Amino acid sequence: MKYLLILPLCLLAAPLAAQSTTPSDLIANYTAEAGVAASAERGQALFTASHTGGKPDTPSCTTCHGADPRAAGLARTGKPIEPLAPLANPERLTDLKFVEKWFGRNCNSVLGRDCTSAEKADVIAWLSSL
Amino acid sequence: MIKTPILAAVAMAFAGSAFADEMEYMPPVTHAATLEECSACHMAYPAGFLPAQSWRVMMTTLEDHFGENAGLDEETRAEIEAYLVANAGRDLSGDGAVPQRISELPWFRHEHEEEVSKRQFEKAKSWANCNACHERAEQGIFEDD
Repeated sequence: MKYLLILPLCLLAAPLAAQSTTPSDLIANYTAEAGVAASAERGQALFTASHTGGKPDTPSCTTCHGADPRAAGLARTGKPIEPLAPLANPERLTDLKFVEKWFGRNCNSVLGRDCTSAEKADVIAWLSSL
Repeated sequence: MIKTPILAAVAMAFAGSAFADEMEYMPPVTHAATLEECSACHMAYPAGFLPAQSWRVMMTTLEDHFGENAGLDEETRAEIEAYLVANAGRDLSGDGAVPQRISELPWFRHEHEEEVSKRQFEKAKSWANCNACHERAEQGIFEDD
């Protein structure tokens, strides 16, 4: 009989197990690390600006992701990039390892340095507000 | 006994034919981490398209991978390098050259020169985008389409 009780719990837990985080958890954690409140406006400004510190082929996040995170972008290889905004693409910002890997790569490509926790919180706040 | 000469003839036909020279078939990537990581940004190109020394250099310069940072954690990086090196192609240059862009290799240029229209290239956007024109590229088939 106990198994009959456990089974529905397992089924409930299964979809959650694939998700290691949520956009709001990410904002909360990065904000706590940064010690300042997240700002969607600052996130948008960082995302859409042209930067000079990084690699010459990728001056902006928008180079590959496009200006509207609700739409697909295009990698320099010709491969489409799924939208970044969670409303347009519910898989986004649900896997902490994936989020950290791509912030790590792309902040270095675009800015020539790692993003700060405050910058990550800002960008995710903006993406989540769309 | 009857089969042997037929197989030999078939093997010789393939080995000596344009099929082999033109790189129209190359075994596709089967290694899970290589497939997953490489195809995040482009098709996972078959290891046989570059010689071992090319993969060794590529897999130790991922911080500047054709103008982007494609860094990996060390465990994954080493695993992918080992797979690519183990399945690498012959050194076609014969002089130990370390080509990085498959699209700059002589056979690639020869095969695509005058074959690809402006419209086709605009659709593909980049020489990196094999499967834009070669529909079965991910199965290792690069015949003229």
